[in-house]
Amino acid sequence: MSLATARPSACPACEAAPAAEALAARADPPDARLLVSVPGVHCAGCIATIEQGLAGIEGVNSARLNLTLKRLSVDAKAGIEAQDIIARLERLGYEAHEMDAGTISMTETERQGRDLLMRVGVSGFAMMNIMLLSVAVWAGADGPTRDLFHLISALIAIPTVAFAGQPFFRNAWRALRAGRMDMDGPISFAIVLTLFISLYESLLSGQHAYFEAVVMLIFFLLVGRYLDFRARAAARSAAQELAALEVPRAIRLDDGHETTVNVAELSVGDVVLVRPGGRVPVDGAVIAGQSEIDRSLLTGETLPVFATTGHSVSAGEVNLTGPLQIRVTAAGKDSSLHRMADLVANAESARMRYTTIAEKAAAAYAPTIPILSLAAFVVWYWISGGDLRLAMNIAVASLIITCPCALGLAVPAVVTAASGKLFRKGLLIKDGTALERLAEVDTVIFDKTGTLTMGTPVPTNLDRHPPDARAVALALAEASSHPLAQALARALRDHEVAPAELEAVTEQAGHGIEAIWQGTTVRLGRAAWVGAETRGVTAAYLAIGEQTHAFTFTDQLRPGAKEVVQALLAQGKSVRLISGDVDAAVRDLAENLGISDWQAGALPQDKAQAIADLQGQGHKVLMVGDGLNDTVALSAAHVSISPASALDAARAASDMVLLGRDLLPVADAMRLSKTALRRIRENLWQSGIYNVIFVPIALFGFATPLWAAFVMSVSSISVTLNALRLK
Amino acid sequence: MDVLVILIPASLFLGLLGLAAFVWTLRKGMYDDPDGDGQRILDPRYDDKPKPVTRQDDAPSP
Repeated sequence: MSLATARPSACPACEAAPAAEALAARADPPDARLLVSVPGVHCAGCIATIEQGLAGIEGVNSARLNLTLKRLSVDAKAGIEAQDIIARLERLGYEAHEMDAGTISMTETERQGRDLLMRVGVSGFAMMNIMLLSVAVWAGADGPTRDLFHLISALIAIPTVAFAGQPFFRNAWRALRAGRMDMDGPISFAIVLTLFISLYESLLSGQHAYFEAVVMLIFFLLVGRYLDFRARAAARSAAQELAALEVPRAIRLDDGHETTVNVAELSVGDVVLVRPGGRVPVDGAVIAGQSEIDRSLLTGETLPVFATTGHSVSAGEVNLTGPLQIRVTAAGKDSSLHRMADLVANAESARMRYTTIAEKAAAAYAPTIPILSLAAFVVWYWISGGDLRLAMNIAVASLIITCPCALGLAVPAVVTAASGKLFRKGLLIKDGTALERLAEVDTVIFDKTGTLTMGTPVPTNLDRHPPDARAVALALAEASSHPLAQALARALRDHEVAPAELEAVTEQAGHGIEAIWQGTTVRLGRAAWVGAETRGVTAAYLAIGEQTHAFTFTDQLRPGAKEVVQALLAQGKSVRLISGDVDAAVRDLAENLGISDWQAGALPQDKAQAIADLQGQGHKVLMVGDGLNDTVALSAAHVSISPASALDAARAASDMVLLGRDLLPVADAMRLSKTALRRIRENLWQSGIYNVIFVPIALFGFATPLWAAFVMSVSSISVTLNALRLK
Repeated sequence: MDVLVILIPASLFLGLLGLAAFVWTLRKGMYDDPDGDGQRILDPRYDDKPKPVTRQDDAPSP
């Protein structure tokens, strides 16, 4: 992903029309809020360095670093872009990435989170106050004192339930109307019924009232709900991100005369013009012009390929250097980009059908609550010979004791503990169920470019060239937008080389840059064009008169790549490398990393097919990839991870995002997910065992409000403590 | 038991006071960045008053 990484904008129209982009920036509201993820911050020094360092930038009003979320929010005037902030942070020594657009527009989810927290707080305070009164009742208060305490409890409990219980009531009502049965139905039923019976009992100066149990139930369930909510990030569709890459308009050539039309109006056989820097809107064949095409979108090839008459191009590729005329062979719905988006949409909807262990437990457990208490009611009504009040009391006691207090906490507590651990290691979990899925994985598939490697070419032999050659190379390279030229220019600048003064700089589309330097013609570009011998490795060639120089490049290995492959093999996973790049490059890397199973030249569909085949054989696949060409595979895999430098669509398709450069957290996540799943199972068993012990007590009529409060708090706390044991 | 006439309203009042304090801290965004707040103690710039919280800037940790 060479070029596309450098320009992560998913706004093809902007690339086609830079003027429009500038216009849009000017039309922005005066102050903008930028969110940047800074995974490396950890101390007070970092806070001070970053906040003071950014305050120096013209146009930045204020900056605040959130150390918990490792996220920087900047209040800036229009014209300041996230890229400027990131550049400054990198100079300060911090790695930084722009946050997903979806995360930025999370104000709605944020409001929901605070709303839930408010309900947790209210029910918590009410619970404590009621408990204060209940302790007196349990300690032996009776007669009018007990009745008074019960009534005061009711006075606190009723408004609390009306406010804090709303999330359950709403869900239950929605499920009821849709004719479904979920956990919230029985919970709401238990809450409302217990509250009414307790009120009735208190008014008749009865012995038992369950106000504290009701509020406690709501409190613990809300805590679980809140943790669960935090584990869930705003879901975005990768298919939509892909669709956003489609170019809405194209320039059609009718007898040599240009008309701008909607892509939908193009038909097979039309000729379209694609200017340098523009995205190809259709699938087609080049009929005139020559240029270089960045195909990383569809194939994952690192370097641009030469394109001239007769070559075929696909929608979504970027034309780099010269204008191209293309005869349309497939447009709109038939184009390769659109087919890819369709595949992703299919894969996404298939993944939605995954049933989590918590859902399975809830589905098995939900019906037993009302059935048990109804049975208790009927049996006791019959035994007592028609004592409605006694039967009702026992039914309510069993209802409140069977309510799945610990069940609601069992899974979210573990997921929260695990994702907190992984976040500190540098892995963000976007989907709460991803940990569960990750624990089942037995096969790991890596993409090459941008995943196992950094995806940016780095010059290897700068020091071997004379200073003149370096100065000329820098001056030429700065005139080009070719990824190799840009990488060369960046490296030479870092070596503090000053550019030579050139005259008559021209870019030869598809070949390179040419200029006059001190009376001699100098060229930087392809080997054949500058008259140099081709080397076996990736290189840019410089000619000064007759003399030629070759600047060779290599793609840097991502830190932790070797370790992660070894760790995964040691864990007994099978590791595969599937790349769209050429044979030799993939083989080298695979041998270097010790991956025996590799495949080169794979198209996006091939990657997805390989995953489908493996999953068809019963394997569970983890896909680690970053490119658009991986998007289908990322959404088809059982679970997927992408680095923060990945494109929007790829990040949207994955369940977890690596925040730093290092790949090693992937192995940690695999190990931790296993432990987490074991803790979840233990927790479910634990909460089940409490019920097995205490439900008979309730059914035989021995349960008191003290028992209910005791069982609830002990089971909830033990489940939480078990989750915190996670290492 | 006459003392209950004072003690019960007193306990209810204190409970409400605690609840009000909680609502206030939540609204002021004091739970948004516990780690950062802990570290900011070490920074002499905030000795006189805390760094002003910009409007709801942080989403819940995903």
